[in-house]
Amino acid sequence: MVSLLDIIGPVMVGPSSSHTAGACRLGLIARALLGGTPETAKVELHGSFARTGTGHGTDRAIAAGLLGYQPDDERIREALDHAERAGMTITFDNTKLRGEHHPNTTRITVRREGRSAVMTGSSLGAGRILVTAIDNFPVEITGTYPTLVVVAHDEPGIVASVATALSEGAVNLATMRVSRRQKGGDAIHIYELDSPPTPDALERIRAIKAVKTLRVVERVS
Amino acid sequence: MYDSLLEAVEAAEAAGVSLGELALETEAAGGLRTREQVEHGLQRALDVMRGAVERGLKGDLYSVSGLVGGDAAKLRNGTGPLAGTVFTDALSAALAVQEVNAAMGVIVAAPTAGGAGVLPGVLLGLAGRHNLDDDAMVRALATAGLVGAVVAVRASLSGAEGGCQAETGAAAGMAAAAGVELLGGTPRQAMHAVSLTMQGTLGLVCDPLGGLVEVPCVYRNATGAAMALAGIEMALAGVAFPIPVDEVVDTMGQIGRDMDVRYRETAGGGLAATPTGRRLARERLVQLKPRK
Repeated sequence: MVSLLDIIGPVMVGPSSSHTAGACRLGLIARALLGGTPETAKVELHGSFARTGTGHGTDRAIAAGLLGYQPDDERIREALDHAERAGMTITFDNTKLRGEHHPNTTRITVRREGRSAVMTGSSLGAGRILVTAIDNFPVEITGTYPTLVVVAHDEPGIVASVATALSEGAVNLATMRVSRRQKGGDAIHIYELDSPPTPDALERIRAIKAVKTLRVVERVS
Repeated sequence: MYDSLLEAVEAAEAAGVSLGELALETEAAGGLRTREQVEHGLQRALDVMRGAVERGLKGDLYSVSGLVGGDAAKLRNGTGPLAGTVFTDALSAALAVQEVNAAMGVIVAAPTAGGAGVLPGVLLGLAGRHNLDDDAMVRALATAGLVGAVVAVRASLSGAEGGCQAETGAAAGMAAAAGVELLGGTPRQAMHAVSLTMQGTLGLVCDPLGGLVEVPCVYRNATGAAMALAGIEMALAGVAFPIPVDEVVDTMGQIGRDMDVRYRETAGGGLAATPTGRRLARERLVQLKPRK
């Protein structure tokens, strides 16, 4: 359903809802996947992001997202300087990603304290985004819900255990999706929630033995 | 929200309410947000629009490329035959918002960033010379949102899909309905204002130099505001457009689908493909490399 506030909005730093606001949201998700401000960030820009990104401030907007700035934050303009001051080493490369990708796509590789995350995401227009891969697993995350990203050993009953943990933690599940690279390896679970996860629910999920990592991505739109 | 403007007008007439009131009630009935939350969101949009107009009119902002800036203040201080009227107030406010947008300032995408100047231009241009309170302005924004929602469903709000008729054209249609409501016109007059405005923007291509939201986008927001004022003036005088509004919107969508890809934000045709357009893009826009 189209909402009035989708049409009269978002409030954002210009000049482009796809190349600036959407790019910032993709940076925010990469930051959330890493769990903090990256020490290094490698940003690969594909298609129209590569062709017209600089003039649209796509590089600054992604840096801003990685710093945790929202799309309406005027600090986006100075985000590259702010990133440097925050100790973030950020590089940008124009690239042609293999496979089928939306014209406005970026692959962001971030590292911090020995941890890393690789995310591929596209800006679909009007500030809407779609994350299509995390750490080489295919996913679909729109950022319109609080989202849990769980990597777990691929064995029977894990989804039920997570769903139970959520319901016992008083969180309602909106959508869920599981994908894996191979049978019996690791699987990635994406849970979109109606409300932010409670500490109780998160603790219960972490206690599940097969769960290797649990990451929380806040709503970005 | 509605997917037919005619149905929305008939519902508003049956209930004896304005289109803005109908839009607010319909949105709240959708259950995603309460009426208070929607009004609060629209009030914030109004505040940001005011801030952007004020900021842009100072005349000291320039885009990343330096190609656009300073023109809003020039027009506001101009001495042409329409100086000091709603017309130049609206057009200079539209330019101001787009200059802020191009300079990476804060705006409200309404419906998009590229068309963000038209609606605040028209509404704040009218508000400056009429005694209109914020509640009335918020309802007018809801009216504009209702029109935009119908256009989104029946046609498109994306220059890459439908050309500039889907961005500044749609924004002009939204602003026309909002302006009629703000000045006390009926829902039916608001509907005719949308038709009278959008028939004038049909076929408008999206041809930005270097693919950036600068030239001609900034100026097209001013001419979009002019088109909306024309629609408002005719509709309030009782002019009725013979083709029903939903069919006008559908036509915009069809023309967008028929439009060659060169005219849909790719910088492959129109002003972007002129010798000067290409030169400026090469020298000032696309030569900018990402910073390492």
